[in-house]
Amino acid sequence: MAMLEIENLSAGYGNVQVLRDVSLSVDEGRIVALLGANGAGKTTLLNAIYGLHKPSSGTVVFRGRRIDDMPGDKIIEQGIAYLPEGGRLFPDMSVKENLEMGAYPRGLWRDRKRDLERVYKLLPRLGERKKQLARTMSGGERQMLAMGRCLMSDPKMCFFDELSYGLAPKMAQEVLGMVKELNAGGLSVLLVEQNVRQTLEVADYAYVMENGVIALEGEGRSLLDNEHVKKAYLGL
Amino acid sequence: MAFIKRVLPGTARGRLHLGALICVAAFLAVFPGVSRPYTTIFTASILMYIILSLSWTFFSGKTGYISLATAAFYGIGMYIEAILGRYIPLPAAMLVAAAAGFLIAAGIGAITLRLRGVYFTIFTFGLVLLLQNLVLWIEIRFFHTKGRIVTSGDFTFVYYCILAVFVILLIAAVIMRRSRFGLALECIGQNEDSAAHIGVDTTRTKILAFAVSAAPVSAVGAAMATRVGYIDPNIAFNLLMSFMPVLMAIFGGTHSLYGPVFGALVLTLLEEKLIRGYQEYYMIIFGAVMIIAVSFMPKGAAGIAESVFLKLRRRLRPRSHPRNDGGARDE
Repeated sequence: MAMLEIENLSAGYGNVQVLRDVSLSVDEGRIVALLGANGAGKTTLLNAIYGLHKPSSGTVVFRGRRIDDMPGDKIIEQGIAYLPEGGRLFPDMSVKENLEMGAYPRGLWRDRKRDLERVYKLLPRLGERKKQLARTMSGGERQMLAMGRCLMSDPKMCFFDELSYGLAPKMAQEVLGMVKELNAGGLSVLLVEQNVRQTLEVADYAYVMENGVIALEGEGRSLLDNEHVKKAYLGL
Repeated sequence: MAFIKRVLPGTARGRLHLGALICVAAFLAVFPGVSRPYTTIFTASILMYIILSLSWTFFSGKTGYISLATAAFYGIGMYIEAILGRYIPLPAAMLVAAAAGFLIAAGIGAITLRLRGVYFTIFTFGLVLLLQNLVLWIEIRFFHTKGRIVTSGDFTFVYYCILAVFVILLIAAVIMRRSRFGLALECIGQNEDSAAHIGVDTTRTKILAFAVSAAPVSAVGAAMATRVGYIDPNIAFNLLMSFMPVLMAIFGGTHSLYGPVFGALVLTLLEEKLIRGYQEYYMIIFGAVMIIAVSFMPKGAAGIAESVFLKLRRRLRPRSHPRNDGGARDE
């Protein structure tokens, strides 16, 4: 039984249907990638799983419990954290305050001091900068802070949306390396990316989305050799 | 004891602020004994404006939802005192007013705070006019009168009632600042989508904060009604009472507690001076000051004070916080 099991999920905005019967699963301890071009519906899928966008049909089951009708704070308490595209930090708040807000759900708020120490240990650079305002940090540091905020809720699984977007190639590599490290520490990951090659190198399994449906799926490295992927995403 | 320890500020700077606050409160507490009656009354109206602008900042300053409903809650408080004043003592009427302000604001919030941006502002503006005309209609239709006489109270007592609201509000604001609720409000102001993303129930938080911010306004309206003696809908629901707190808070700066306090203090003094000395030019000069303030002090007087402080500190302790130039934040 997979840790996260999505079945026949459909969602849209008004009359425009964005997701059509999407099914996908993430096993415990794995890195699963969700690839696709702009507008394929990747972020909508994450939002629908996370209760930010109401799906029109389908089910989402996380560790044996249905979460598709739970409010956001309850989903976080179940053990999923979602790092949205661009990090969505609070620019005029300090590193520490941004992190603390990662433990906002009531069940987590009490233990935020302990979680703060844990995150500082994991990402020491955040500890050195705890009073600095988020908007004064570099792109890579911000992405790190966004990661730290996710980890504040001590999640079992993280969704990372476009982690490497807008970062210099070297920084992107570093951030993906961090994902790999967190995964080695036991975190399951659903990675949404446009950066196909680098992502497929770290992912155990991958789905390719096109126009709101899963067009292709397979083991990470095997997809690198797939003719369609080569043509459409790697430009070979 | 444990609670007190938890609430007390941990840093030296925090304790300094607390000490300053206690001194100011103590001074204000003995003030009526040593000053002339006029000064006491005037101080009460300064406190009233401080309460209004602090309350406004508590909600609008943090969340960025500009409310022009202050006059509505203030007027509700005035009417509650006008109706209940002869039956119950002022503090009781103020409590009733606070509860009424809270409930009405919660209801209005529930309707309008699902909307974003400018709609909320326009609705709150309309609310004042709506209440003004509704009350006028009720008064004429059912009570065959336009205004009401309010039983006046001893002004020293009224002063202390307002001072009590001021102290409670300050304590609440200090506690709230670093609390889960306060941080959630700030997150909403900075990026509402992100706030929702990390699990903040944004609509509920906004409604609650709006309701909390209305309570002291109504309470102080009830107290000030006894100073006026006579109210009618035009006096009670005076739109100026909606604009003044906004101007004061913006003038002082909405990012700290001192900002609105300072803004209210300066602008009330200025208003008083202008009305007494240059009545014809009062609004012209007042407006000019506001335009200058808004154009040249985007973060208000408190913002200027902060940047001067940071510059001084940098000069005294060069390179102590190399990466924190203006970007650091004390706990």
